Amino acid sequence: MNTNYANKNRLKDLTFWQKIYVPEIIKGLSVTMKNMFKPNFTLQYPEEKFIQPDSYRGRPVLVQEENNIERCVACGLCARVCPALAIEVQANETESEKERYPEKFEINMLRCIFCGFCEEVCPEEAIIMSKDYELVFRVREDAIYSKDKLLVPVKDLQDRINYLREFKG
Amino acid sequence: MPKITIDNKEIDFTQGQTIIQAAEAASIDIPHFCWHSALSVSGNCRVCLVEVEKMPKLVIACSTLATDGMVVSSQSEKTLSARSAVMEFILINHPLDCPICDEAGDCKLQNYTYKHSNGESRFIESKNSKDKRVALGPNVMFDGERCISCSRCIRFCDEIVGEKQLTFVKRGDRVTISTFPGKELDNDYSMNVIDICPVGALTSRDFRFTSRVWEMSSTKSICSGCSKGCNIDVWVRNNQILRLTPRQNDAVNNFWMCDEGRLNTFKHINADTRINGPQVRRDGALSKVTWDEAFSAAASELKAFSKDEIGFVGSPQATNEDNFLFSKFVKSNFGIKNLTFFKHIIPGTADSLLQKEDKSPNSFGAELAGIKPSKDGYDFASLLSAINSHKIKALYILEDSNILEIPEIESYLSKLDLLIVHSVNSSVLTQRANIVFPAASYAEKNGTWINCDGIIQRIRPAVTTQEIDRSLDGFSMSRLDKFGTEYDRWNQTAKVDARPSWKILCGLMTVFGQKQKFSIVEEVFSEMSNTIPSLNGIDYSSIGDLGIKVSLKSPIPATIEGKH
Ligand code: SF4
Ligand code: SF4
Ligand code: SF4
Ligand code: SF4
Repeated sequence: MNTNYANKNRLKDLTFWQKIYVPEIIKGLSVTMKNMFKPNFTLQYPEEKFIQPDSYRGRPVLVQEENNIERCVACGLCARVCPALAIEVQANETESEKERYPEKFEINMLRCIFCGFCEEVCPEEAIIMSKDYELVFRVREDAIYSKDKLLVPVKDLQDRINYLREFKG
Repeated sequence: MPKITIDNKEIDFTQGQTIIQAAEAASIDIPHFCWHSALSVSGNCRVCLVEVEKMPKLVIACSTLATDGMVVSSQSEKTLSARSAVMEFILINHPLDCPICDEAGDCKLQNYTYKHSNGESRFIESKNSKDKRVALGPNVMFDGERCISCSRCIRFCDEIVGEKQLTFVKRGDRVTISTFPGKELDNDYSMNVIDICPVGALTSRDFRFTSRVWEMSSTKSICSGCSKGCNIDVWVRNNQILRLTPRQNDAVNNFWMCDEGRLNTFKHINADTRINGPQVRRDGALSKVTWDEAFSAAASELKAFSKDEIGFVGSPQATNEDNFLFSKFVKSNFGIKNLTFFKHIIPGTADSLLQKEDKSPNSFGAELAGIKPSKDGYDFASLLSAINSHKIKALYILEDSNILEIPEIESYLSKLDLLIVHSVNSSVLTQRANIVFPAASYAEKNGTWINCDGIIQRIRPAVTTQEIDRSLDGFSMSRLDKFGTEYDRWNQTAKVDARPSWKILCGLMTVFGQKQKFSIVEEVFSEMSNTIPSLNGIDYSSIGDLGIKVSLKSPIPATIEGKH
């Protein structure tokens, strides 16, 4: 197979003006100078942090109700829909009215691709894409987030919940 | 033959069949909740309404007799709108709490709601509330709100088991299921109501909340609880068996299985007492050795005894293939004088539905495969007394945990100079043994059993051991099995180092200088079907999922029975 991707109209050699070098340098520097006086977009992370819109999908977290109990009923739909097989749920019976609760709920953050499917499928509005994007771990085991890391008080997630209600029905 | 037309398809039927039966026979599915082919017609759910030409109103297909020339439509506009109206009615008080309901994913109501309902309810009043989490009996839990009052569970107890234990109480939309005062739902078959309940109103107290149905793989197998050989599905997640459910086979168990078999025949497989790797007794204690060491130890120990001093006990719990190779091994090296097996009969435990007195799944097959002493040899009872009188000094036992049920078995075992066992779990037998071969359980191997009616049926592996692989060895696989990797946590469950008995025997025979050519169990079976006249012409594919009856060329003589 002989496919020639080269552009035949492009000159093989540098032009005269390019060869003498200095005009090109001036051209380049003029771009730099122009931008030096434009407004600055760079954030000085980590001192400065960016403010995410409510549509931002950070790591998935579990909603913790005011009574400190998770909202999740361990139906397993998020684990089923997760394309990365990141979620593991083990249900069990609870005496409280909801009958069923996740005895174990783990998300493998090395597998999660932040697609938000789990949030979308959840019938209880119990798993929410938070704004947290700072995920750091040194060993693989630490990347498996269990309930202690996943549970987030509902008041901290209200922005996202309102956004979901408004735009995702 | 009379003909009926259902959905433009002309179907032959036999006089006396209802429309739904005629349709079912022609693989046309008319939706239904309360109708069940093994139960009487109740006609209360009304989902099976169909339009019949020249009839002014829709009729229910489950109780309307098919007649010659009848033209039925299960897809007409009128039928469909009636069906969706019925669904709306049924859902008026149904909680639709699928996320917490154990039935979800396997629920007739859920499926029909997607398929036949318009997804809207005009009911604005609040739903009624009923008792939830009611223990109807030792094994079954009831949720009143989910019940759609189809009466299948009541009819099952009345008609199939013949014990009136359940009934409707109250009227109107307050109606609910209850046991009769002072009674429990505790018949031997009570858990079948869980399977036939079309919703999640009846759940298993053993399995509730354990797993979603889509997280498990299901493998077609046979119950090991008694000689009836009920067809079952083995449900596995993370290499652990979570439940057994009956599988339809009209020639054996119809739709049912007993609670004993459902609850008590699989828990030993994932138990901590599994034997992991071969063990040989050295200086009084069992120690783990390699397979080759165990084989040569067994060979040299056996050779220390004269042929008449060794007893060989086959197993009605092992497969035909295991027993066949066992008899081959014994016959060629020691003669079959002392080759027998223990038939575990518990008198009075049989009933007219399924349960049998013989508590082993393969007594019939063990004998057919050649576990039979010669005329001058010992049957099982006399073998025991020969052990007592020290005429038999060594014993080789193929996997058989029922031997433990023999009264004072330990005193017999203590008289032996050598005990070799194939065993799944550790027990008194293995504690006494000089050499222990870890045997793969019935859920870890391929093989065949022959039930009390002479039907040969297949068991299939559902749990992996160290020597088999879920994807390479053709297991049924769940989604996690298919798409996960071996590094995922659900693949980290410990696998035992065990082999099916026929493979262990192949290894042992090699040490005896009789190298076997078998590498897969089908090859053992094909040699068996070539040597045993009753099995001529049978192979694994002809046995299939439902088994076939073995033609008995020579009637099986009355079997040897152990003292009990
Ligand atoms: S965001 Fe996507 S990948 Fe991550 S846990 Fe949810 S469903 Fe799985
Ligand atoms: S989908 Fe929602 S309720 Fe169901 S298990 Fe996941 S987080 Fe829990
Ligand atoms: S019975 Fe079926 S429809 Fe009703 S809650 Fe359970 S799964 Fe859902
Ligand atoms: S409990 Fe189940 S089987 Fe029994 S009447 Fe209710 S829905 Fe039908």
